[in-house]
Amino acid sequence: MRGVSRRRALLGLGGAVTLGGRVRVAFADAPTRARLVVVLLRGALDGMGAVIPYGDPALMGLRGAIVPRPVGQPEGMLDLGGFYGLHPALGGLHGMYRAGEALAVHAVGGPSRSRSHFDAQDCLECGADHRLDSGWLNRAVAAVPGPRPAAGLALSVGVATPLLLRGPGRLAAWAPGAMGAPPADFYARVAALHQADALTGPAIDAALAERAAVRAAGPGGGGFAGIARTAGRLLAADDGPRVAALELGGWDTHAAQKNRLGAALGQLDAGLVGLREGLGAAWARSAVLVITEFGRTAHVNGTAGTDHGTATVAFIVGGAVAGGRVGGTWPGLARAQLWEGRDLAPTADVRGLAKGLLVAHLGVPAAAMAAIFPGAEAVAPAAGLLRV
Amino acid sequence: MSLGADQRALTARIRFGLGRRGGEALDGPAERWLLAQLAGPDPGPAGPDLASCLRAIAFDRRERPPPEQSMARPILRAEQQAALGWAVATPRGFRERLVRFWANHFTVSLRQGGVGALAGAFVREAIRPHVTGRFEDMLLAVMRHPAMLLYLDNAVSVGPDSLAGAGSGRGLNENLARECLELHTLGVGTYTQADVTALAAVLTGWSVDINDPVPGFFFRPRAHQPGSKRLLGRVFAEGEAGGVAALRFLAGQPATHLHLAGKLARHFVSDAPPPEAVRRIAGVLGATGGDLGVAAGAIVAIEAAWVPLGKLRAPQDFVIAALRAADLPDGQAPPDLAAVVAGLGQPLWNAPLPDGWADDAAGWAGPEAMLRRIDWSFSLAGRLRDADPPALAEASLGPLLRPATRAAMAGAPSRVEAMALLFASPEFQRR
Repeated sequence: MRGVSRRRALLGLGGAVTLGGRVRVAFADAPTRARLVVVLLRGALDGMGAVIPYGDPALMGLRGAIVPRPVGQPEGMLDLGGFYGLHPALGGLHGMYRAGEALAVHAVGGPSRSRSHFDAQDCLECGADHRLDSGWLNRAVAAVPGPRPAAGLALSVGVATPLLLRGPGRLAAWAPGAMGAPPADFYARVAALHQADALTGPAIDAALAERAAVRAAGPGGGGFAGIARTAGRLLAADDGPRVAALELGGWDTHAAQKNRLGAALGQLDAGLVGLREGLGAAWARSAVLVITEFGRTAHVNGTAGTDHGTATVAFIVGGAVAGGRVGGTWPGLARAQLWEGRDLAPTADVRGLAKGLLVAHLGVPAAAMAAIFPGAEAVAPAAGLLRV
Repeated sequence: MSLGADQRALTARIRFGLGRRGGEALDGPAERWLLAQLAGPDPGPAGPDLASCLRAIAFDRRERPPPEQSMARPILRAEQQAALGWAVATPRGFRERLVRFWANHFTVSLRQGGVGALAGAFVREAIRPHVTGRFEDMLLAVMRHPAMLLYLDNAVSVGPDSLAGAGSGRGLNENLARECLELHTLGVGTYTQADVTALAAVLTGWSVDINDPVPGFFFRPRAHQPGSKRLLGRVFAEGEAGGVAALRFLAGQPATHLHLAGKLARHFVSDAPPPEAVRRIAGVLGATGGDLGVAAGAIVAIEAAWVPLGKLRAPQDFVIAALRAADLPDGQAPPDLAAVVAGLGQPLWNAPLPDGWADDAAGWAGPEAMLRRIDWSFSLAGRLRDADPPALAEASLGPLLRPATRAAMAGAPSRVEAMALLFASPEFQRR
């Protein structure tokens, strides 16, 4: 029992202590009701493969071999109101789009132009043009006003915490498929052994608290969809976490892109639908930001795939989102319009989308943005992302 | 043997090796034990030759058998079990740590390219023979190995102006060239997109003939981009020899030595190694033409590399160290080691991306990850019902065992829980 009470103290009071009594008085006396999920697509999603700019006259010349059939044909693109079509594997997302709950933003770029997965993922997760020790979502969570739910404000999903969520802010965590359990008091003994350990102590406390919460949430099913569904259920609880990060790979489509991208998009689509199911009534107060480290070359390469590029697409979905449209500024695919003659040119910074959601959705003070996205002071929070 | 020398011998096994195996003898100076491992050949676990592995892959591609009739799958499973079993059993833990370090540096992962059945052969043929040899020889062996050529798509890259490419719509695939520059040699930020494209052109034709009676590496002249190429301001000739020259050139660059030294120092010294340690290793690599054995010896001479418990063990390291400490008799060890390390979040030869597994605490200290280690500690302890927990703790950690852990073990309600507390303790999670 000693372990349990200590965990409660760490998880609950920890957040309040970070904020200080002043904040608790100045803002709400209950945790925010908004839910934010960030989905990291690792490996570089081909934005033009997901939201296809079929209205651009240069498209077919660059990559006709990997463009799906036109809107209206069997296995054809899904209609996005002209100029753009949605990949046919994204049927669930299309339903959200038609319900006004999905927004695609095209030609966004991350902070890095290196075309290196690893450098660009680090930068995307840190929110800066170089690697930092913590992720922007962790720093943002620390700046959310109001008290914390008992479980902690943010949920890390998976065995390893992504850099996006790493940092001083305390995390709840859950990973599917945990192995068979020793007696409960064994965990208390181990937690006590790690109590003074700055690295492993807090991690073990957080994991024990979250494992109990998952048991209460019930089974979610397999695969990314099941993970997303369970994460949604954990977020939906009144006393559950409010922010989560999910990761999905399979995007590095250097060869045979047509099949591989369809399979990966299908997983993403099922995951978004799973999130909506898991969130239930909380979906109406939710926003899901789907981002990737960079896009892929405008032209198809020699192996029916695409190589590392620059700008790509981002998605924002959820009941709180002002969707049903494709946002962003299309830069064009004529040779002179391509970035360095080969990639879709970025016309917006993905950090603007993140800032817009943090401020308008989670209520993070605008003044905190400089510390959350250092060096990106010139990137304004995107406006109009949410239903009013 | 003084107590101090014993401590240093134990530290050598924990820091540089894979952990002490049972009551393994600690006689002789620690440095001599380490340096002796850098001499002579290292057989490693036996396995099928490359041609057999490739034939199995070709069979699976051709026949598309149901999983239980696959030829490639049993090769992968046997190779995984053999590799992990070797790491648990080997008396030369330092040499094996080097093998595992370099195999991670040159990651091939069964997540892409259908290379599962080749991963064991890759370590056996391209990594293990070179860990105390010259880096350029390892680089060449890696870049010519079918596992790497298939994993990073070079096998299908075609020169746009080559006989196979012209008019066909087929062309370059930059994947291997980019990772070679970024991950294997120079490191990010020291080259341009034009260099990536040039190296991709240099390496066109470096491919695999999977259907030959003796399948293996095959240079396809018809896929090779004609003409010389300019890479980092140097001109490399057309043909296979141009690729060999380009790779030797990359292997010898100071930026490459600095990149490798930084990774070695992070692995053997600390997550944030002191710059002088990196400089020292880079200097040795530069002065010896990239001699990895001399560089490994130089690391042993860095006193900061001897400070114990500064590195969190990655899951595979943790499992291997725990099994070495447990020293279970045949038949009592967990039957499927690959499943164990996968369950802890680090499946063998299955890194998500070509940069391999993280080599810092932040990558492995996530809450659920720690909890799974605790769960597995308990499960392993269940196999050690006859062992003496205090003696095993003393043998594996010696003076590094904290009083708090000793006391918790003494107060545990069962022998199994006492043993589990040892494996789950903060000090056993580190090296």
